[in-house]
Amino acid sequence: MTMEASNTRWLDYAPAPESTSILHLKKSYGLFIDGDFVAGSGRSFTTISPADEHSIAEIASADAGDVDRAVAAARKAYNSTWSKLGGADRGKYLYRIARLVQERARELAVAESLDNGKPIKESRDVDVPLVAAWFFYYAGWADKLEHAGLGPNPRALGVAAQVIPWNFPLLMLAWKIAPALAAGNTVVIKPAETTPLSALIFAEILQQADLPNGVVNIITGAGETGSLLVNHPDVNKVAFTGSTAVGRAIAKSTAGTGKKLTLELGGKAANIVFDDAPIDQAIEGIVNGIFFNQGHVCCAGSRLLVQENIETEVVDRLKERLVTLRMGDPLDKNTDIGAINSRAQLDRIRALSDIGEEEGATRWSAPCEIPAKGFWFAPTIFTGVETSHRIAREEIFGPVLSVLTFRTPAEAIAKANNTPYGLSAGIWSDKGSKVLAVADKLRAGVIWANTFNKFDPSSPFGGYKESGYGREGGRHGLAAYLTNAVLQSGANK
Amino acid sequence: MTIEQAVALAPASRAIDLIGGDLTEKSLRLHLEGLPGVDAVGLEARAAGLGTRSIKTTSKAWALDTIIRLIDLTTLEGADTPGKVQSLVAKAMTPDPSDLTTPRVAAVCVYGDMVPYAVKALGPNSGVNVAAVATAFPSGRASLPVKLADTRDAVAAGADEIDMVIDRGAFLSGRYGMVFDQIVAVKEACRRDDGTYAHLKVILETGELNTYDNVRRASWLAILAGGDFIKTSTGKVAPAATLPVTLLMLQVVRDWHRLTGERIGVKPAGGIRSSKDAIKYLVTVAETVGEEWLDPRLFRFGASSLLNDVLLQRQKMTTGRYSGPDYVTID
Repeated sequence: MTMEASNTRWLDYAPAPESTSILHLKKSYGLFIDGDFVAGSGRSFTTISPADEHSIAEIASADAGDVDRAVAAARKAYNSTWSKLGGADRGKYLYRIARLVQERARELAVAESLDNGKPIKESRDVDVPLVAAWFFYYAGWADKLEHAGLGPNPRALGVAAQVIPWNFPLLMLAWKIAPALAAGNTVVIKPAETTPLSALIFAEILQQADLPNGVVNIITGAGETGSLLVNHPDVNKVAFTGSTAVGRAIAKSTAGTGKKLTLELGGKAANIVFDDAPIDQAIEGIVNGIFFNQGHVCCAGSRLLVQENIETEVVDRLKERLVTLRMGDPLDKNTDIGAINSRAQLDRIRALSDIGEEEGATRWSAPCEIPAKGFWFAPTIFTGVETSHRIAREEIFGPVLSVLTFRTPAEAIAKANNTPYGLSAGIWSDKGSKVLAVADKLRAGVIWANTFNKFDPSSPFGGYKESGYGREGGRHGLAAYLTNAVLQSGANK
Repeated sequence: MTIEQAVALAPASRAIDLIGGDLTEKSLRLHLEGLPGVDAVGLEARAAGLGTRSIKTTSKAWALDTIIRLIDLTTLEGADTPGKVQSLVAKAMTPDPSDLTTPRVAAVCVYGDMVPYAVKALGPNSGVNVAAVATAFPSGRASLPVKLADTRDAVAAGADEIDMVIDRGAFLSGRYGMVFDQIVAVKEACRRDDGTYAHLKVILETGELNTYDNVRRASWLAILAGGDFIKTSTGKVAPAATLPVTLLMLQVVRDWHRLTGERIGVKPAGGIRSSKDAIKYLVTVAETVGEEWLDPRLFRFGASSLLNDVLLQRQKMTTGRYSGPDYVTID
């Protein structure tokens, strides 16, 4: 037996790439309208792999006429088929979709990592299993809407226009489609232009599931297509996940139209570490909070608030831990940090990081070998960050952590809430009473205690302030797709 | 029964350096109770994450040989005989007679009365150590003089390493000082006539400690009292070694190294039977304390059936096909 590992580190582990042979991609993809793939009339574009910039497939772009056709197909399906089906039958289709997602899980995971740049271990162990879980969960609600505590006789809204981001392409699709269909709506959805691939494979799954034509229509294109879709006069509901700027524009343009609107926007979550925290687990939680999915997470714990007496220790341990993160080929099963999704996003991360340095914060990046091709950014920590710094206020949406300190719980709460956002927060302490007392005062939609970035279909998700409004997930997520829905809780305040 | 807080403890140098010269039951307790807590969910999630590493080709080949080098090949049965020990030693020296490039294991681990047979069978300069379990293994339920005699006997017979058990009853009832003093005394019993010491591994029996917080405290206690290694289990209690417990003990060892620059060994024992499982442990060691710990001086597997599975995997890597249980020797 040969021993080659003598002068390299064993920790560098030999490559363990996931095979792409399971993927059977077409050279080009059309729009999925009324149950079939049809040509788009807009200018088609190429989707690339952010890890090495190679072209994956040619993608159609929907123009105004295509959007009209897609909305008309959804309207027709709503009137003629979907609204006539009983809840149990709608549930049957959703269960079928969930099972097909499980059957084709590996294929979906490979496609997602290829197109998005996220590590295969995340798409395989997090994204795709959650996609199936979301469909299973809402399948169960389809025939129980009257018992969901949303008031008497809740009814579907009609056609839902949905626009989703590139950070969790298939998972965001599931978050949108599953509750919409369970509640009896039909859907026109637009995936992000940099990550359309998994949605198009999902369209094949819908065909496989025999979902009636037009119930789900998937149209691809850039921001303009999304704008045409959400502003289409014949949609009853708009659901958007993405940037606060676009969300604000949608809120303006839909105001007064009678369209029901939910927005899930940006965040600048505080991850609060008290000095009585379980320290090793807190370090893992900080890593998971900001470096999971390259920090392309709206609820990422991008502001670390650490109690000042343990700041040095936490930062030292964090750096030690970051050195063991493996950046590289997203399809390698040992990759922890994948590629940044696009050049545009990489430019933004670089620009904000440079600003961080200019403003006087101290930058440290994990020593990673940056591949020659593709879009990459090493995990980065800023210490000495002040609350007034832009890196402490603006969403970077990348693997960049700003470290701030606090002295008392009151100061931690004040700093955590001092943001235009309010999507999520984390608290690390071994003392339960402290966790509950602090959680009670944080103005954020999701608060994790001694964990971070954990998702479950039964748990509502959504933000305060500029992080958006409406809730996705759980019973609350159904309310966004039903009329007469009265939710007896503070979620929509 | 109350525990006398002001009782002075045996003056172990590590504890004095860290806690101070007035080492008492109380100062030891304060130190152990001041350690940060362990979040069980987070610890287990981290261990599971480390378990998903995919180790292939050259990395796997290196891993398999490394596992063999780290094994304490063990037989701890009431039915052990000199012949059984002799056969174990033969296996330790030549794990795979069909491939003489196979490395030797780190040590053979036997009961105290079997040490002379193991020493004799190994002969001089084998590179394989003899480890003896002592201190009324596995329960530890004997008086201190008996435990010390047990230890001295094994050392006198030529044991290179002593695997002692802590008094779990005392630990769980809060008598940290008593556990501490016993370890210090056993360490002293490891002293040979020439002034050198047999290597001391302290078995915590984590399966009886119930909480991860207890495992962390017991690990610190064992190190403070002078242990060279901290070891999970006797193998006689379920659960024996688990990946989360081993990860936690490695974190303690890493923290001790950060604090003092001194390197302490870790030995998971019991329940690790497959190469696949053992590789997860190697990954956990490398990514927690660093690759330098993948050395018999700092990491061991206490195992009996693991070796044969590693040999089968090794043969598969060499020949490209799976053989079967008849192509490795039983010992």
